[in-house]
Amino acid sequence: MSEITQEQVTQQSDPYLSRFEALEKEGERGGPSWVFPIRKAGISRFAELGFPTIKHEDWRFTNIRPITELPFLPVLEPSRETISEAALNRFAFAGLEAHRLVFVDGFLAPDLCQIESLPEGAIVGSLAEQLKKESKEVKDHFAGQINGEENAFTALNTAFFQDGAFIYLPKGTVMEKPIHLLFISTGSERGMTTHPRNLIIAEPHSELKLVESYAGLNDIPYLTNAVTESVIADEAHVEHCKLQNEPGEAFHMASLYSHQGRSSRFHFHPIAMGAHISRNTIRTTLDGEGLECVLNGLYLTYGKQLADNYMTVDHAKPHGESHEYFNGVMDEKSHGVFHGRILVRPHSQKTDAKQTNKNILLSGNAVVNAKPQLEIYADDVKCTHGATCGQLSDDAIFYLRARGLNYPTARRMLTHAFAGEIVERIRMDTVREELDRLVWDRLEQMPRLAQTAE
Amino acid sequence: MLEIKDLKAGVEGTSILEGVNLSVKAGEVHAIMGPNGSGKSTLAQILAGRDGYEVTGGSATFEGKDLLELEPDERAKEGLFLAFQYPVEIPGVNSSYFLKAALNEVRKHRGEPEMDAVEFLQFVKEKMKLLDLREDFLKRPVNEGFSGGEKKRNEIFQMAVLQPKLAILDETDSGLDIDALKVVSSGVNRLKSQDNAQLIITHYQRLLNYIVPDYVHVLYQGQIIRSGGKDLALELEEKGYDWINEERSQPA
Ligand SMILES: Nc1ncnc2c1ncn2[C@@H]1O[C@H](COP(=O)(O)OP(=O)(O)OP(=O)(O)O)[C@@H](O)[C@H]1O
Ligand SMILES: [Mg+2]
Repeated sequence: MSEITQEQVTQQSDPYLSRFEALEKEGERGGPSWVFPIRKAGISRFAELGFPTIKHEDWRFTNIRPITELPFLPVLEPSRETISEAALNRFAFAGLEAHRLVFVDGFLAPDLCQIESLPEGAIVGSLAEQLKKESKEVKDHFAGQINGEENAFTALNTAFFQDGAFIYLPKGTVMEKPIHLLFISTGSERGMTTHPRNLIIAEPHSELKLVESYAGLNDIPYLTNAVTESVIADEAHVEHCKLQNEPGEAFHMASLYSHQGRSSRFHFHPIAMGAHISRNTIRTTLDGEGLECVLNGLYLTYGKQLADNYMTVDHAKPHGESHEYFNGVMDEKSHGVFHGRILVRPHSQKTDAKQTNKNILLSGNAVVNAKPQLEIYADDVKCTHGATCGQLSDDAIFYLRARGLNYPTARRMLTHAFAGEIVERIRMDTVREELDRLVWDRLEQMPRLAQTAE
Repeated sequence: MLEIKDLKAGVEGTSILEGVNLSVKAGEVHAIMGPNGSGKSTLAQILAGRDGYEVTGGSATFEGKDLLELEPDERAKEGLFLAFQYPVEIPGVNSSYFLKAALNEVRKHRGEPEMDAVEFLQFVKEKMKLLDLREDFLKRPVNEGFSGGEKKRNEIFQMAVLQPKLAILDETDSGLDIDALKVVSSGVNRLKSQDNAQLIITHYQRLLNYIVPDYVHVLYQGQIIRSGGKDLALELEEKGYDWINEERSQPA
């Protein structure tokens, strides 16, 4: 029995519900009429769930009270603040050789986008626009994967989202250049909340390279609450890198739902560096034989940051292969959370599922909570998991020191290498190179690593 | 160059070295032999500054400096080098990046200018030839996925780059095939000069055919129980360690 009464839930959700009623009256903003019932289902789901507290098993280590204490100011119209093309340069991947969609406070900013000639039939653009067009693809897949979802933030996104990216690759389409989705929050007000919503559809045999990055202009407590749904059809290959680099006071909640078909390949690299509290939720359904799913994440925190990684890998068909590699580096009083659930359904024989979570605590005050969770209902499977937490290897430190490198240098080298293990798995060369530099710089900002004296 | 006097050390109350005496001068090659577990690696690790060992007595000086007072990296910069019996794999640390950083630390300490990437590359290329190493070697992470032989070769390659005054080679020959043994020992020999010294730990006379020692010492249960010229190694090969023991237990 949960100790939270329905009444408490209702009270807490009140401002959200009344905001929704207002949205309902505005009509237009709710988007096309076929979407409205989906929104309504979202808000009812949210009312039912309420915000999670640390009494909820899935949120034990992540206290989101600072978020619920903020005023709720969903952004429902495009920002009047304009960002110049040149101002984009301060953001990661701005110089990437890529197709680019820029969203400011959750709305597409057409002036900042850069979409060159796309392969025949491919679509890279605004989701809001697609919803209006009511194409079969969008109707078939929008909100298709969130049924029964227990994450209140996803429900909230469904109720309030305004825009986001829509990517569609027809059968056999190979996108050579990556697509970059840049989400910028102006952070003009405390409590400002954006609800980016993305839908990605990769039809059979298509290939997609995707970079999704989040940043902000002002360092104040605002919330980004993003949801991405990915549909990866048979034999499609998707590599997806997500960089969360919000300012230090901001909050970031993001959920990715992916559905994979037979012999498909999905490599997802979530990198969390910013925000006060962030949570990256992944729910991936491995719904075909011979597929491969790699979740390869990195979280770097210091100060009072908290970075939570929560994932469910659902092996719904036999002969699937999944790997999760998550490395975390925590300094000062920061906090890392890893929750990796692997579900192997009864008939999913010959599943090969591996999970590793490694953490380095640079300070005695840093904390990490790791929770592997294997639920295996098939008998002929290979499942392994391992979590480590601690300091760097003494043997390695000594080896480096025995060659003339002092202790701080040895520690820095090994910490960079530790983060590098994750970055190296990114196959998009230009993306990997840029991330390598970003991760390097971020680590150099960690107070313990910046120390030069022992 | 190296003076070890009555060195006693152990781990958590168990004593391993029970009074080691050894003096190594510039230009000399010393070999230390001894059965498994006699304390050879312990001696090497203590000289290189590995923590976890407790020195309970005696002293070790290197070029007049109290070695035991120095940090491991300071010892390396002073010119002491340990080729590890079990070189450590360091995933994610690029060999060339690591070695350039190490070399520049050592050079700074010697008052030499640091090398930039181009100079470094030129410099190491020659050394790589000396050890018959493939070009891609530098691009790989330190020791990661290296075969046993490659790891040992890498140790000597690092020695060639860092040019230490005293090199301690802990069983560099184990795990090497005959050809690699020749390459490695000819490398070691070419690094030899009047100004430096080598301390070679080995189980086998075979290595000493290639690297000819001036002195051979037998470490047994934490003490050097016998020292002699290169012929001592031959004698050991023939008669085993028991022979010394038997002789020792007989009154002279
Ligand atoms: N860190 C340690 N903790 C506990 N015991 C140790 C440690 N290091 C060495 N010893 C013990 O000290 C003894 C000497 O070990 P050492 O490795 O020095 O031997 P060695 O002469 O190098 O042997 P080998 O020829 O097998 O390499 C052994 O009994 C070993 O188990
Ligand atoms: Mg040994």
